[in-house]
Amino acid sequence: MAIEDDVLVIGGGIAGVTAALSAADGGADVRLVTHKQSTLRSASGLIDVLGYLPASAGTTGTDEENEQKAGAGTALEGPVVDPFEAIPQLPESHPYRTVGVDTVREALAFFDEMLGDDYVGAHTDDNALVPTHGGSVKPTARYPTSTAAGLASDPRDVLLVGFETLPSLEAPLAAAHLEAAGAPFEARGVTLSFPGIVRDDAKVTRYAHLLDHDEAVPTDSGETGAREALAAAVEPHIQGESRVGFPAVLGDDHPDDVRATLEEALGVDVFEVPMGPPSLPGLRLEDRLYATLESAGVEVRSGVPVIDYETDESEGDSRRIDRVVVDRNGAKLPHRATEYVLATGGLVGKGIGSNRERVTEPIFDCHVPHATDRYDWFSEDAFGDHPFARFGVVPDDGLRPLDGDGDPEFVNLRAAGAVLGGYDYAAEKSGSGVSIATGYLAGRRAAERVAETRNADANGASENANANASDAEVTGTQ
Amino acid sequence: MARDTDVLVLGGGSTGCGIVRDLAMRGLDVTLVERGNLTDGTTGRMHGLLHSGGRYAVSDQASARECIEENRVLREIAGHCVEETSGLFVKRPEDSDEYFQKKLEGCRDCDIPAQVLSGREAREIEPYLAKDIDRAIEVPDGAIDPFRLCVANAVDAERHGARVETHAEVIDLLREGDDVYGVEVRHDSGPGKRTHRTPGTTEEITAEYVVNATGAWAGQIGAMADLDIEVRPSKGVMTIMNVRQVDTVVNRCRPKGDADIIVPHETTAILGTTDEEVEDPDDYPEEQWEVDQMIDTLTELVPILEEARTVRSFWGVRPLYEPPGTGTQDPTDITRDFFLLDHDERDGVAGIASIVGGKFTTYRAMAEEIADHVCDELGVDTRCHTADEALPGSENLAELEDAMDDFGLRSPIARRSKQRLGSRSREVLETDEANPVICTCEGVTRAEIQDAIEQSGSDLNSVRIRTRASMGNCQGGFCTQKMAHELHPEYDEPTARAALDELYQERWKGQRHALWGEQLSQAMLSYALHATTLNRDADPAGVEDSLEFEAFDSGPDTATGTAANRRTDGGEGR
Repeated sequence: MAIEDDVLVIGGGIAGVTAALSAADGGADVRLVTHKQSTLRSASGLIDVLGYLPASAGTTGTDEENEQKAGAGTALEGPVVDPFEAIPQLPESHPYRTVGVDTVREALAFFDEMLGDDYVGAHTDDNALVPTHGGSVKPTARYPTSTAAGLASDPRDVLLVGFETLPSLEAPLAAAHLEAAGAPFEARGVTLSFPGIVRDDAKVTRYAHLLDHDEAVPTDSGETGAREALAAAVEPHIQGESRVGFPAVLGDDHPDDVRATLEEALGVDVFEVPMGPPSLPGLRLEDRLYATLESAGVEVRSGVPVIDYETDESEGDSRRIDRVVVDRNGAKLPHRATEYVLATGGLVGKGIGSNRERVTEPIFDCHVPHATDRYDWFSEDAFGDHPFARFGVVPDDGLRPLDGDGDPEFVNLRAAGAVLGGYDYAAEKSGSGVSIATGYLAGRRAAERVAETRNADANGASENANANASDAEVTGTQ
Repeated sequence: MARDTDVLVLGGGSTGCGIVRDLAMRGLDVTLVERGNLTDGTTGRMHGLLHSGGRYAVSDQASARECIEENRVLREIAGHCVEETSGLFVKRPEDSDEYFQKKLEGCRDCDIPAQVLSGREAREIEPYLAKDIDRAIEVPDGAIDPFRLCVANAVDAERHGARVETHAEVIDLLREGDDVYGVEVRHDSGPGKRTHRTPGTTEEITAEYVVNATGAWAGQIGAMADLDIEVRPSKGVMTIMNVRQVDTVVNRCRPKGDADIIVPHETTAILGTTDEEVEDPDDYPEEQWEVDQMIDTLTELVPILEEARTVRSFWGVRPLYEPPGTGTQDPTDITRDFFLLDHDERDGVAGIASIVGGKFTTYRAMAEEIADHVCDELGVDTRCHTADEALPGSENLAELEDAMDDFGLRSPIARRSKQRLGSRSREVLETDEANPVICTCEGVTRAEIQDAIEQSGSDLNSVRIRTRASMGNCQGGFCTQKMAHELHPEYDEPTARAALDELYQERWKGQRHALWGEQLSQAMLSYALHATTLNRDADPAGVEDSLEFEAFDSGPDTATGTAANRRTDGGEGR
């Protein structure tokens, strides 16, 4: 007996979670299964929508197109001030063009509501420039509240505080880099030792834990709480700056408390600079998303890969997924749903795989366009125009992956997030935005189809209605 | 006329570094100039095999004897660069029994310890060997780190008063009549340690005698003084695996052929190689089929290679040479022996000799012969000491290993650090400062990076070859940024940025040949971290036009309509 749901979402990153919540919001019973740790722990926690426009169009492309582009290097336009104005200038094959700019807006509003006070940026269409841990700035649309006081368009001077045991942020160097980038304020950096950190290779979660729990730490003036000790270490270095930036280690469970305590003690605004993996802002976002899933009643099962699927042969309809097979500790469990959402990620999340000969979508073997010669998959330049960065499935306007002939691979499978091709999220700074927009639309379409199926069932004419609906959607893309 | 230096050595590969150490230890005033970093030519682009001589035991017994002798010397003087892995010549059923027998006898003729193993015995040593390997010969092959070996030679030469200039490209040989008396070099960033963005300078360095140890580039150097040196550069590919599929050097026991060796090297295994003549040692195709051939052919020896992950591939160029008129067609048939071309004798041009051919394992013996020649020319009566005195890092290794502590590092990090640093461990790792790990893949701490920076200036590739930082699975995705951070404050922000860009691009170069499967996934992650999280691909600090900061969001408090207002509206469109 298979586990049955209306919608089964495969993948637990931003795209999968958004799809699940969007489908649940549309009235469907939803289950989400994920295999590996989500890539959020590697992400900055910023919600990028569109920071740069690619200079070239025609992306996933034929060999010929890829050849033409090889060696072209990047010629990004930007940073973009208003991503919504820029979206219509993207190539037609871009997922944003597939879902349309209005959907992007709706999806972001939906996401804003999910995140509540944890994120800022919804007050304007304009991108914010957030300092990076290398000292550059990057355009993003939504940012954690903890980074809000650090925006580079805020003209107030900045003191950056780094720690000698956290080599990812070298504060004096980052400050010099911010000035080289032309930031409209003076930036200084200072490197301190973090009170209570004993091992030089302590994990970032150890720093956060010390502050979350305000653990007693030894200082020159006896034992004090970690927050007070940190404030006392920083205080003498403030020279009139009204905001102070730290590596993003200021608490895991109680970041707002930690920040408030430091702000009060120092009399300045405190902000975090997003860091590389493992990224606390990414982990906090993940926690928040999973809490939202729980309150929306979505069933979540982690650590379970989908290893196979079966189509509905009995009805002679091999383009309808009947069930997928989930591996739970070696047990093969069938999961059935009316609609499936593929949100398994791109190359990093392993939603797109490859070997020496070809690029694949490993679960359903959906068509992934790519040059036949693997030496046409990359650019010679490390930051060149890499075809591999745009690898992914090609969807119709209902986000159903298409086969090589342009027909949906399956009538009831939709794709969302980085498993989609046709865009380079790293160059564009568009990763989260595409995941949110496509997750939102995939979830919504899936819920609509579920509702139609229910109605049709209620009318006793399910076969017919389904077939018609599917045909209509296919026709719509031609 | 007084010269700047007694002997000027051109080329910072194993030959040049060996010669400069040898001559400096004999008390001569020596200068070495190298176009890029030490080992940038052929030495840093080999598979790291410390030959037992077994590979030459049939075809070239003189070389084989020399290899086993030098193999023993290097274990003594460069213990911290050598891993005593031992090696196997393995025979598949289709490989010739007769050749196997010849190989065995050849080893014994050359005093190379050799022991025959059954297929089963060989698989007990290397469990991933193919099931149908039927016999093997065990020989004392080893693994050696060419980077640290060369650096140790150069450092020791400096201790003996030598001047070593990297990033100093020879742009002219100074010749007057039939006498070569020095070179003109272009310093990339002024003499001394390299500092990015420091203006380059040129310098004439005069010498009593010039040694052209530029290997595959010897012809180009010779041409500057109208000397004709017919080097026949021959390229070979090497493919680096993400783990050690074997802990023993695995050679295929057959007369010759491409893709016949796997060398365990640090955390990796290196597959090699090919042998194909090229025109220009700086410009030759690096092709997909060469990488595929390594994997497909060596899979016959170690089947798990078929599905294994490679992290990068690189090509090296052998400086093959044969005397004019020999006329060998196939580069694999050209001798691996070295030639000292005395241009006085050969071309009637005094003051210069060129070294061509040769092989890494016997670099020290080559250097000794050349140094003897130079001393003869200069009328200096001295003796070579390079075989008796350990290199820096390898002094008193045995007694030090027991005494050493972990310097506050976790045990795997301490172990790897000490393997690299040898007897320099205390000097480098003992510090009162915080000493976090900078490169996680290879276990390299700040103290070791700082030590390398002290030797290297702002050149992070030079730091890399000293420490292995950025040479692991992530190929620099996680650590290159942190390595650049270590340059500050000694070097300023634009310098650190330039050094990072250069290292990152160098790491990308070799990775391009490994972009499928896991490594493509890893490459995308690196790209995402550096482009998305750090915005290094569109860094406003790197562009001419200044960015209009005021056009962007400066926070909810300064904009019309606060974030809170927007939220209570429930968002647009819903």
